[in-house]
Amino acid sequence: MSMEELFAPMKEPMILGAGISIVVGAIAVFAGLTYFKKWGWLYKNWLTTVDHKKIGVMYIFVALVMLFRGGIDALLMRAQTAVPENGLLNAEHYNEIFTTHGLIMIIFMAMPFIIGLMNVVVPLQIGARDVAFPRLNALSFWLFAAGAGLLNISFVIGGSPNAGWSSYFPLAGIEFNPGVGNNYYAWALQISGLGTLMTGINFITTIMKMRAPGMKLMKMPMFTWSALITNIIITFAFPVLTVALALMTLDRQFGTKFFAMQDGGMDMLWANLFWVWGHPEVYIVILPAFGIFSEVISTFSRKNLFGYTSMVFSMVLISLLSFMVWVHHFYTMGHGVMVNGIFSTTTMLIAVPTGVKIFNWLLTMRHGKISFTTPMLYALAFIPIFTIGGVTGVMLAMASADYQYHNTMFLVAHFHYVLIPGTVFGVLAGYHFWWPKIFGFRLNEKLGKAAFWCIAVGFNVAFFPLFILGLDGYARRMYTYSADTGFGPLNMLSFAGALVMAVGFMLICYNIYYSFRHSPRDLNGDPWDARSLEWATHSPVPEYNFAIVPKINRLDEFWYAKKEGRDITAGKYERIHMPNNSGAPMWMAGVLFLFSFFFVFSVWSLVIVFAVATLGFMAYRSFEKDEGHHIEVAEIEATERRLRGEQ
Amino acid sequence: MKKKVLIMPTVMAFLALMLSGCQPLMIFDPKGPNAKTLSDTIILSIIVMAVILLVVYVLLVNMLTKYRASKQTADYEPPHEEGSKVLEITWTVIPILIVTVLAIVTVFTTSKVENQPKGYGDKKPLVVYASSSNWKWHFSYPEQGIETVNYVNIPTDRPIEFRLYSFGPITSFWIPQLAGQKYAMSDMVTKIHLAADEEGSYMGRNSNFNGEGFAKMEFETQAMSQDDFDEWVNDVKTNEPKLTEAKFNKLLKTSFVGRESFSSTHLSFSPAPMDMSKHNDSKKEKDDSKESHEMEGMDMSH
Amino acid sequence: MSKENKSVPLEYSTEENELKIFGFWVFLGAEILLFATLFSVYFALVDRTGSGPTGKEIFELPPVLVETFVLLTSSFLIGLGVHAMRIGRTKAMMVFYILTLLLGAVFLGVEINEFLTYIHDGATIQTNAFMSSLMTLLGTHGAHVTFGLLWGSGILMQIKKRGLNAKTANKAFIFSLYWHFLDVVWIFIFSFVYLKGVL
Repeated sequence: MSMEELFAPMKEPMILGAGISIVVGAIAVFAGLTYFKKWGWLYKNWLTTVDHKKIGVMYIFVALVMLFRGGIDALLMRAQTAVPENGLLNAEHYNEIFTTHGLIMIIFMAMPFIIGLMNVVVPLQIGARDVAFPRLNALSFWLFAAGAGLLNISFVIGGSPNAGWSSYFPLAGIEFNPGVGNNYYAWALQISGLGTLMTGINFITTIMKMRAPGMKLMKMPMFTWSALITNIIITFAFPVLTVALALMTLDRQFGTKFFAMQDGGMDMLWANLFWVWGHPEVYIVILPAFGIFSEVISTFSRKNLFGYTSMVFSMVLISLLSFMVWVHHFYTMGHGVMVNGIFSTTTMLIAVPTGVKIFNWLLTMRHGKISFTTPMLYALAFIPIFTIGGVTGVMLAMASADYQYHNTMFLVAHFHYVLIPGTVFGVLAGYHFWWPKIFGFRLNEKLGKAAFWCIAVGFNVAFFPLFILGLDGYARRMYTYSADTGFGPLNMLSFAGALVMAVGFMLICYNIYYSFRHSPRDLNGDPWDARSLEWATHSPVPEYNFAIVPKINRLDEFWYAKKEGRDITAGKYERIHMPNNSGAPMWMAGVLFLFSFFFVFSVWSLVIVFAVATLGFMAYRSFEKDEGHHIEVAEIEATERRLRGEQ
Repeated sequence: MKKKVLIMPTVMAFLALMLSGCQPLMIFDPKGPNAKTLSDTIILSIIVMAVILLVVYVLLVNMLTKYRASKQTADYEPPHEEGSKVLEITWTVIPILIVTVLAIVTVFTTSKVENQPKGYGDKKPLVVYASSSNWKWHFSYPEQGIETVNYVNIPTDRPIEFRLYSFGPITSFWIPQLAGQKYAMSDMVTKIHLAADEEGSYMGRNSNFNGEGFAKMEFETQAMSQDDFDEWVNDVKTNEPKLTEAKFNKLLKTSFVGRESFSSTHLSFSPAPMDMSKHNDSKKEKDDSKESHEMEGMDMSH
Repeated sequence: MSKENKSVPLEYSTEENELKIFGFWVFLGAEILLFATLFSVYFALVDRTGSGPTGKEIFELPPVLVETFVLLTSSFLIGLGVHAMRIGRTKAMMVFYILTLLLGAVFLGVEINEFLTYIHDGATIQTNAFMSSLMTLLGTHGAHVTFGLLWGSGILMQIKKRGLNAKTANKAFIFSLYWHFLDVVWIFIFSFVYLKGVL
């Protein structure tokens, strides 16, 4: 690779600006850490941690950073299309931006945000000390971070992927896409996907094997249930992505013919593989959000969840159906009427269990005592907005009608109406809800609610017009359109809505700073008067989670114990075995990052070097003698006293 | 406070209609039987969905006004409610019924738009090959022996059969006012059946992203009377040059061209992939669905 | 490490060991999906040979039968190895494991030779979609065997150095699961790629 090729994207002023700001930002962080002598602290407490809570926080931190990267992409897109024949972005730049917007929001924002919340909450909800494989968990995080890093540097070094987040062949093939952009796509998704797969295995094992005594499956909190089902989907869906991306790499870099236009290649095979993973992926990001809403609605209605059993079964049903609907992403490929009919039916069937959940949430509130906290506002706004996303989904599921919606703004509006109230409102509800558990103080409610209103109102202003535009024949992914199409005014309105949303997200960030300085500290660990086990321990949670692992007799045991005045965390302390911190996961992910980076540019000598180094790390781990350490009773007693505020 | 969220969509819909100038939206302004079927299907589904939305919204508003904490006494303790078999069965069964109805509608309308439109007597369909290359459309009329680029003329009151394929990335052929879209791919031919009832000019485009020139990949569809159509064909045949292989290859490589017309087609030297028109049509249909079933079976095992 | 449970085999004896075995089963579930996807790709492309060779033209059964025999035997031997481990006979166990790995190496040698023959006959991974999918499927299995050889050797070194204990027994047992899995995948390859291809 020549230097010129490497830095070719820098010729664009906007990208040059982005490149410079990345470098300046990195220098600032580096200098700051050095000046305040925080390197040791950062390395010891965070970078090498195997504590599920800290890993969860790091996931959420990176997810928020990615939210801003993806959000800037979104704003640029809406700005470009706000007026007809706009010259803000050229076609190529616009293509890169909508590609990375999709990738970042799904893979590097929604997924890590959700996995981050799972990391923080699931072990606490089931009364476990940590996840089943803490070191593997750290590796998952660092692989995800490496993938995110890889995708983000593509922008400045070598060029972004630009064939859409679904990167259909032959467009994404070497003939029509000769740059390195799509190599970046393949490798960024590949290594972060491997991390996700490990998370799947880790959490299935954790939830199946490490629940507190007495906690039968049907006594688990709903968020843990959603996490279990999600991780099962991850474990079954991600291998398909792994293969698809490997084939993409082989086609692009080794001249194989899987998706080629000659020698028997089949371009639609990619689309099939991509969506066999891609559709379950949608449920991977939505089911945990359903779990969060269940917790939040139940807590703030001060009532148990209505129809617990049907909630669980509808999630199981959704997860099964999610593997049987992928063809609905390309009804227009020319299947027979029967094939389209079958997939229309399976797709519409998903609406049934989803509807059951909506009605159960509504009935949970009946006879309740609803308080409008920030997390509850997100949950309440989710119901009406998501239902629009749901019913338009049923409309899109009808194969014949889809011939008119496919590839239009109607589709874009639909999936944003599903993913934003579903996933984004879900993680924001969870973020506000569990923040005090992690940090020991609540986020400011006034700022939180202001941010909520900006996001909820801005969202509808930004996306409802797109339904109309789609029905008026506006195809998606066009970098511009002519004035006589009449698309201008609604696009401008949509841009205005996007700006309002942006204000909301800024408020969320400001709230972190404000609350850190001004919020009162919480001492009883249960600021919301909530129901599940995570609220039974202190906030912030001690390293070992629970000094005494509680015995569980029923769902919401903690809530009923509170009512009856029992203390489920009382008992005699015993020493606790904990895993040791390790830098290996981070360094190994670093090595894999370099491996992927040089693979992207086909520098085979260095690829081999880093492949061997990766194997070396695995061997190191296998031969390492690491027995973990124990926390002695005296130390537990001291910690418990300190957290109860009895210094 | 909550009601604001609820009325948002209504306000938005109203505003949107105002802003779009009260013209009918393109999808709801069909000019042929195929697009008409789709428009009716969509309107039916919107009505059904609006009813569902209404039920959810009424329930939500009801819950939020009745059971908010500010309306309750301080010592009110909500009861424990396990669930309700009757209610849960109700909201499972009713949606299943709705889905069943919509599924039947889907199969019926899909089969309608996938077949030659009826009501045109025994007129044989006019076959037009529409092939895409970056970033233009080629229309070949084998019956007439002419070819055009970036515009297509069709006679009204006669069924048209477009056969689609691509010289590159997957594209999607779409004339919203005449028919729904379908992919054009490099290794197989797909078909769109349509007919135009009214003379006029309709926007057609590629709706599937295929790179840099995607946004500009539009073509004009002119529906004209049979006489005008014949006259135009004659005009092209006598006045326009022949399309040679060299000229066609050069054309494929040119990214952006305006309208062009030729008095011969590229099908003679560059035939459509696996041109099924020469085989038995129904056999292909069967093979297609068999293949998809196999894939489906495989994935069920996941 | 923590509490050891004496009533179950050594490899299950600690809580951590139990988690690892369970987790590995889940991992094998993911591996099944990985190979299922590769098989799907192969089935989708098997008849799409373009101008290149078809399976009938290039498959030769004798080396494949050798590979099958060698791998099945190795799977049987590792089973004996686990049995020896359970009755506490470290030496015997190590011998069985070493034989397993040796047979794995033989398998790999035959497979590499098969690939070289294909390439010599002008059928490479770039020739057509069929060859791409065939070599990717076989190659992925072969890469798993290669990794298994490295991994198995590492475990044997640890057992030699540290003896059989809850940790090493756990590793050896998990490795045997992996090896059986590769054997099962091979049976599918043998039946649905080679046998179906020549018939």
